[in-house]
This record gives sequence, C-alpha cells and structure tokens, in this order.
Amino acid sequence: MSEAARTRLNYAGVAIALAFLILAPLEFHRYGIYILSQWAVMTIAAIGLNLTLGYAGQVSLAQGAFVGIGAYCAAILTTQGWPLIAAIALALVLCFVIGWLLGYPALRVQHHYLAFVTLAFSTLAFLVFRNESWLTNGTEGIDGVPRPTVLGLSTTPHLYYYYFCLFMLALVTLATLGLVRSPWGRAFIALRENPLRALSLGVDTRRYILMAFAIGSALGGLAGALYAPLVGLVEPPAFTLTLSLNLLMMVIVGGSGYFLGPFLGGLVAVLLPEWLRVVDNYYLILYALLVMGLLIYSPTGLIGIVDRFLVDRRTRAASAARAAASASIERP
Amino acid sequence: MTAVLEVSDIKKRFGGIHAVDGVSFEVREGEILGIIGPNGCGKSTLFNCILGQLQPSEGEVKLDGRVTTGMRPCDINKLGVSRTFQLLQIFPKLSVRENLILAAQEHKGTMMSRLFGPRDAGLNGAADQMIAFFKLTHLADELAGGLSYGQQKLLDAAMAFMAGPRLVLLDEPAGGVNLTMLGNLRDRLKAFNEERGATFVVIEHNMDFVMSLCTRVLVLAEGKVLAEGLPAEVRANPAVIEAYLGH
Ligand SMILES: Nc1ncnc2c1ncn2[C@@H]1O[C@H](COP(=O)(O)OP(=O)(O)OP(=O)(O)O)[C@@H](O)[C@H]1O
Ligand SMILES: [Mg+2]
Repeated sequence: MSEAARTRLNYAGVAIALAFLILAPLEFHRYGIYILSQWAVMTIAAIGLNLTLGYAGQVSLAQGAFVGIGAYCAAILTTQGWPLIAAIALALVLCFVIGWLLGYPALRVQHHYLAFVTLAFSTLAFLVFRNESWLTNGTEGIDGVPRPTVLGLSTTPHLYYYYFCLFMLALVTLATLGLVRSPWGRAFIALRENPLRALSLGVDTRRYILMAFAIGSALGGLAGALYAPLVGLVEPPAFTLTLSLNLLMMVIVGGSGYFLGPFLGGLVAVLLPEWLRVVDNYYLILYALLVMGLLIYSPTGLIGIVDRFLVDRRTRAASAARAAASASIERP
Repeated sequence: MTAVLEVSDIKKRFGGIHAVDGVSFEVREGEILGIIGPNGCGKSTLFNCILGQLQPSEGEVKLDGRVTTGMRPCDINKLGVSRTFQLLQIFPKLSVRENLILAAQEHKGTMMSRLFGPRDAGLNGAADQMIAFFKLTHLADELAGGLSYGQQKLLDAAMAFMAGPRLVLLDEPAGGVNLTMLGNLRDRLKAFNEERGATFVVIEHNMDFVMSLCTRVLVLAEGKVLAEGLPAEVRANPAVIEAYLGH
C-alpha cells in the first residue's frame, strides 16, 4: 500500500468512526447514550495512561485516583455554584502537579517497584476521599452534581452531555496526536525502549519522565471532571484500585503504546460487560476469559492484531515485488 | 595543541574490586586514541566514569579545561561529547531515521520548541545525510530492530555522530562486524576525523583495526596504565606483549 493510499484509508476510517459516534446515539435509548458517554470519558483517562505507560514506559496503578481527584474537583466546585469549566481547569492543574510529584519515585524505581509506589498512592487517595469528610462528604459522597450549560444550551439531557464529552474527547485526541508526533513523543518512546542510551544522547530523561506522569495524570483528572456531571453522584468506591486496574486493562487490551489502543480498549471495557449481561452471573468470568485469550493470542492487544495483518500484507507485497524483479532479470 | 579531554587519577571500586585504579591521560584535538587491554581490565568502566554513567570513587575529568565529574550524562553529551556502548544500544521500535533524529533533537531549541515545533525538529536533512554517509539509505524507514547486527552496529555509531560532537568515545565499535563492514566503518571514522576534525577515543580488541585507525594507543592492565605510545611502539613493547598480545 502506498503512503497516499494509507493516508486516504486513515481519513476514511476516521470519517466513518466519527459519523458513527455522532449519528448512532440518535437511535439509542437513554442507557445506550449513557454507556457511550462513559466510553468517551474513560477513553480520555486511558489516553492519559497510554502516554505514561504505553509511550513513556512508566508503570502506573494510580490513574483511577486521578480520575477521582478530577471528579471531586468537579463535584465540590459545581455544587458550590462554580461553572464546570473552572472545575476542569482546577482538575487539570491539580492532577498535573500531583502527577509530576508522583513521577519522582519513578526516577529511582522502575517496573513492579514503581507499580507498588503508585498503588500506595492510589490507596492514599481513596482514604482521603473516604475520610476527609469536611471536603468530600465521606462515604455518603457528593450528590446532585449539575451538568453544565454549553453555548446557552443545558446539557441535562443525556444526548447533549454525550456530545459535550465527545467534543472533549476530540480535543484530547488532537492534542495527544500532536504530542506523540512531536519530538516529545520520540523522547517518550526512547525513554521506554532504552533509557541508558537516551540519556547518553542528551535526552533529559528525568524531565521527560516527570512530564509523562504529569500530562497523563492531568488527562485522568479531566476525565474525572467530566465523569462527575455524567453520573451525578461522586462517592469513594468508584475510585478504588479497581478503576485503576480497569484503565490499565483498557490500555493493554487496546494496545499499549499505540495511539488508537485506548479507544478500542475503552470499547471492550465499557461495552463488552454490557453485552455479556445476558449470561448474567457468568459475565465477569467470560469477560476475564476473553481478555486472557486475546492477550495470549496477541500480547500487543487489539491494535497488535491489525498491525500484524498490515505488516504481513506489506511483507507479502515486498516479496512478490522481489520475485517479479528477479524473474525479469532471469529472462533477458 | 589543547587537550580536549583530561583524565586525572580516576579510580573506581566495586566492593573490593579496583576496576579502575588511578588512570590518567589526555586526549588532544584531532587525535584518535586507542585503548586496549585484556578483558576486565576496566576499559568500559573508565568510559562510564568519564561520561557520567558511573561516578568515579576518586579523580577528576575535564572537558576543554572544565571539570565535568558529577555531571549527568545528558548534560555532558550536550557539551559535544558522545559515545557508543560495548553492547549494542539502539531503539528497536523506532525507524533508522527516527533513531538518528532522536540522537540530535535535544541539542536544538528548547522543551517548548520541541513540543510545538516541527516533527523532525528540522533534522530530516541531517539524518538523510548521515544515513547516506553510513550507506544505510535503503533501510532509512525500516524499524531499527529489524536490521542485521552489523547494520545496527553502524546505526549505533551513526547516532553518536548525529549531533556533530567534538569528541566521540567508542566502546568496541568493531565487535561482531564482518570484514567488509569493518573496512567501511574504519573509513567512515577516518573521514569524520579528517573532514570534521572530530576527536576519538576507541576501545577495541581487534588489533588490525586499532593499528590502522589510531594515532596513539593506551594500554590498560588491571585498572592501571601499562603503556602508552604510537601503535608501532606499543606493539613492540615487551610488557604489552607479555600482558596482552601474547606470544
Ligand atoms: N556494575 C558493576 N558492578 C560490579 N563490578 C563491575 C561492574 N562493572 C564492572 N565491574 C567489574 O569491573 C571490572 C572491569 O570491567 P570492565 O567492564 O570495565 O572491563 P573491560 O576492560 O571493559 O572488559 P572487556 O574487554 O571484557 O569489555 C571487571 O572485573 C568487572 O567485573
Ligand atoms: Mg568493556
């Protein structure tokens, strides 16, 4: 496939996906729209984790905690009469700073040690959500989180709030695409692939690691700030380690380090459990089996399967071209 | 002639092992200094101490008269000193071109300009030149991980030259490279030295390679300098023959 053909195919794919995301909900029930909104929100959080983990190679089990911080920002501020946009700004800044600080342990420890450090942070955040009642209203949580008015239009109807979330997802997608395609994206990958060599080539690995944590966490915070008005009730159990693990699974099932990974992983994590509801109590078991099967077949996730298919085709095309070339040499 | 690199009395201990035990030498502008010595005599450790991968237990390193001991490798690299490692160190999931762009992108602009500026940081042309120089043109857009060992070794060396360094430290550049490729590599290094005035320090076990490339040779044994001189002198030195060359 030529470069131009591939670009055209990409554009076509994006157009179809976008058309689906915009038009499909018009036919959906309220619940369907709600589920799709959840996909959009959690995909933003997964995109953030994919930057930290997939691109920069820094293991984090704390993304759910950042979603929680963002959600509490939104719940606390908007129930006090602040606009959601202010809460979003606060969530971004706060999670950026906390994410930056959480990056410091990563300068000293890696892999499973880093997983434990971020896991401890995740637990800490949960304890703060549950125990600091003066701020978070403790186990009761904060109810009645209002939805924003955008361009004079109330987003209280599910459909309108869905479009708002979709718009935010589009913004995040474009910004992240710009980031991973910039020299920063290359530096992140270098950090993941070979930090020793990167450092010897002038890559300030310390600064990039902190940035990878800060930006990834800020996106977690943004997702949280969108999540609060979506569900209306913000309470501690939503932001336990389970959420972090779910986000981690989205990234890995989709394809860690691939740009489209979180989008697909998000689909699997949000939609599959809904579809599997028909099998009732067995759905978690079935879900777990499906995920295990996928990762055994393709450790690089869903995108990995697509990628392998494309590479196969390219290799076959190349060997066909070579065969044709040698045949024309033999026949003078 | 000025000394680009001055190493004074570097020592590095690992527990009870004196890996480097008081090594001093100078490298002058435009020189190609070879470092030879038996396995485990401290050559790679010496490089790591010079470039900040390891902190020496004692001693001092100066680049252009400036003390660099204690500086981080990325900051030392930005002073115009680059290196290769004994074991191949490339980025397998990046293309050959991307490997080369990465090798120089941090030397240009600021963090902000690298975030909002062009994707190739303005280095595409330079990368293409380097790719052509190392005769890798047909592989420019292949993933580096898919190259043969020898090709990866060339890429590894090419990366060290991307940012236009004044001083390059190469740890066994010829290891695992076939004879044709070896001649090729030697010619590339010589060309860099002559055309761009780059200074080299080369660790190498391949004596033909050392003798035909280097202008001066330093012999290490058990963490100490055993001998130093022109290639021919060193080869004739009885102590060196005893400790390293054999026969
Ligand atoms: N990180 C380390 N921890 C402990 N000991 C080390 C470490 N690095 C090197 N050494 C020891 O220091 C000594 C010198 O090792 P070094 O790698 O510098 O040798 P070398 O001269 O490069 O050898 P070769 O020719 O085999 O590459 C060896 O005895 C080695 O075991
Ligand atoms: Mg060595």
